[in-house]
Amino acid sequence: MTAGMLTTILIAMLGGAIRVSTPFMFVALGETITEKSGRINLGLEGNLVLGAMVAYGVSYETGQPWLGVLCAGFSGVFLGLIHGLICSLPRVNDIAVGIAMMTFGIGVAFFFGKPYIQPSAPRLESLPLGNWSDNPALRSALEINPLFFVGIIMAAVIWWMLANTRPGVILRMVGDSEPSARAMGVNPIKVRVLATAAGGFMAGVGGAFLSLSYPGSWNEGLSSGQGLMAVALVIFARWNPLRCILAALLFGAAGAIGPALQSVGISQGYYFFNAAPYILTLFIMIASARSGASAAVAPGELSIVK
Amino acid sequence: MNTVAPLTAARGLALETVGMTKIFGSLVALDDVSISIKPGEFHALLGENGAGKSTLVKCIMGFYQPTKGALIVDGVKQTIATPSAARDAGIGMVYQHFTLVPCLTAAENMVISRSDVPVVINWAKEIKALEAFMDRMPFRVRLDVPVSSLSAGEKQKLEILKQLYLDQRFLILDEPTSVLTPAEADEILGLLHDMAKRGEITVLMITHKFREVTAFSDTVSVLRRGKMVGGGKVSEITIDEMSRMMIGETVIRKSAGRVADVKSKTHLELTAVYVDDNEGMPAVEAVDLRVHGGEIVGIAGVSGNGQSELVEALSGQRPLKDGRIFINGKPFEATRNDYDKFKVFGLPEEPLRNAAVRRMSVAENIALRSFDKPPVAGLGWWLKPSAMRAKATELIGTYRIKTPSPDTPIENLSGGNVQRAVLARELSGDVKVLIVANPCFGLDFASVAEIRAQIIDQRNRGAAVLLVSEDLDEILELSDRVAVMSGGRITHIAPIAQADRNTIGKYMAGH
Repeated sequence: MTAGMLTTILIAMLGGAIRVSTPFMFVALGETITEKSGRINLGLEGNLVLGAMVAYGVSYETGQPWLGVLCAGFSGVFLGLIHGLICSLPRVNDIAVGIAMMTFGIGVAFFFGKPYIQPSAPRLESLPLGNWSDNPALRSALEINPLFFVGIIMAAVIWWMLANTRPGVILRMVGDSEPSARAMGVNPIKVRVLATAAGGFMAGVGGAFLSLSYPGSWNEGLSSGQGLMAVALVIFARWNPLRCILAALLFGAAGAIGPALQSVGISQGYYFFNAAPYILTLFIMIASARSGASAAVAPGELSIVK
Repeated sequence: MNTVAPLTAARGLALETVGMTKIFGSLVALDDVSISIKPGEFHALLGENGAGKSTLVKCIMGFYQPTKGALIVDGVKQTIATPSAARDAGIGMVYQHFTLVPCLTAAENMVISRSDVPVVINWAKEIKALEAFMDRMPFRVRLDVPVSSLSAGEKQKLEILKQLYLDQRFLILDEPTSVLTPAEADEILGLLHDMAKRGEITVLMITHKFREVTAFSDTVSVLRRGKMVGGGKVSEITIDEMSRMMIGETVIRKSAGRVADVKSKTHLELTAVYVDDNEGMPAVEAVDLRVHGGEIVGIAGVSGNGQSELVEALSGQRPLKDGRIFINGKPFEATRNDYDKFKVFGLPEEPLRNAAVRRMSVAENIALRSFDKPPVAGLGWWLKPSAMRAKATELIGTYRIKTPSPDTPIENLSGGNVQRAVLARELSGDVKVLIVANPCFGLDFASVAEIRAQIIDQRNRGAAVLLVSEDLDEILELSDRVAVMSGGRITHIAPIAQADRNTIGKYMAGH
């Protein structure tokens, strides 16, 4: 392998990491908000797929991709509210409901999405940030979708809100100790429903990226489990929004290994390298199960921690 | 409320309940209770578990609405519908179980408990105000670390500071010393006593420890079975009178005398035992301990210092990380075979959780040790329900277990009767080694006396008894030798004759 090839691979991985990480980032931020309230929403894969469909459909019908992004967010709120309200019934398990919501969201998306598989909708245009360079590979790697930056800003805002605002501190309180929250007159169920809805919004926006970013299309194989992997990613990020960015980039880079190697003509083990994010998920789950540090910061009310 | 008014200007509240009654279905939990607490008074509310103390306090705090009766605060009749209404009326409660949020810092916990927190919190300003508040307080707690890293004593202080920070002038303390070392308990109650004496606060303390009543309280009310049975100035009532009021006519079994120099060949030995907690962190480290037959070794300590993990390891609920257990010099593994072979029995804490199967019947639970052995089973697998039932009926009689029938699910029994059923199972045979953990937690006087007498009986018959308890009085009453566990290690061990409260307290606190 020559130095030139290595540079190409690294540039391709950088571009891939940025591109692939965006949906991870949104779903992980959404899941962080939900888990901070003491609930797990495994249904975010459904939000992602439904968000992708809604964003594409709205963008096609109205010609406004950003309106599509917003509507995708609200489709996520819809699914999040259903999850949140069902889990508020006594003795309902949030994990089982999450799995049901995942299939429900995907089913709804496929049902209403059939007419949008063929037509072409306006996309979210990428920002060409690589114009200063003469390297075409670098220029294409730095064609960055604006949603990537929206995600980073959201991460910073959520991080700041958790520490410095009343809703943020109440969210952490509900997630860590329900009896304390009740003793302070906070209604934990209300907080959790709102947190699940807010998490759903983020995941819906993440879905919008899948269908409205380059190359931009809606089909039934659009998501490849990012919504589920984000749950592992949140554990890896230790429920910290800023670490979510890093974790999403890491998963993105892992997902970009296969295509990057293919771009320089190495196609041996292509499928194996494409499985990298899943293998990474597996190792993270094993490592975090054994990690005392991760257990120490986990919200105390999570059903998997209790 | 950002600027807390200086405490010297404030006064404790007066509080009065008039004919407070609370009925749940057919149960009269609280029956016409009237107490009157003057401003600046330190009032103790004394009673056994189930006497109605918590019900009374929950009616005051707005968790329950009284069926009948009124609440008068500072001369004004008040209806308190919710805990937040109580807070607005200036009544604050320090719960037995902490209500601090573990992942938040002390500062975050205090600020978020206020009702007027702005949406965006200016931490620089809040921390400054908190520091100024702390400077006026008799004790302080670090503001910038998560509550989960504070000790039990610091958490209790923080709970009290939080109530004072919220400007609550009437403090209700629910058994505030159950998680503290004796020195911490004395310090905190002493400081509150002084504040009350200066008229800054009024205190209502729920307790069942006479020592705390006589040392810190001005007045006392005694409840029994939901009724107010007596009270008055502490200086005018003797401990004997108080205990008679609490217990009533119930006959308490006198514990059998301690037989000196019991001859027994049994001995239990722990060598370099290490056990991890649920998070995989070391909970018990390098514990070496020898318990002879005819001896009770009591392990004292503040809860959470590795005692539960040690007991769980001895009862086979948790693996040993390292070290060995020997009985009579032979290695012991926590298996059913070894329990039978060495005749090891146990009374774990929370028996319904640790020693019983909730939904199985009383008879089945009593047979858990013997269901696969004759006479209850033939060939090791053919069970005879009639034999199981006959055995259970006999033991229900001997151990005076109050149950509708041997076939009732054990979870329907009261705490004392569950413990009696477990006692019947564990102590009715030949016992060589007995592992006991907090056997009397939450039980009434009669059951407590019964259980303690049974433990002493086993000792007198030559069993080696290891007793773990968070109740130092229980340890001092029952043990022949006292060990102290702190930070997962045995830090002190002394024969009962040389054991004294202060030294033990110091070791419990980790000094």
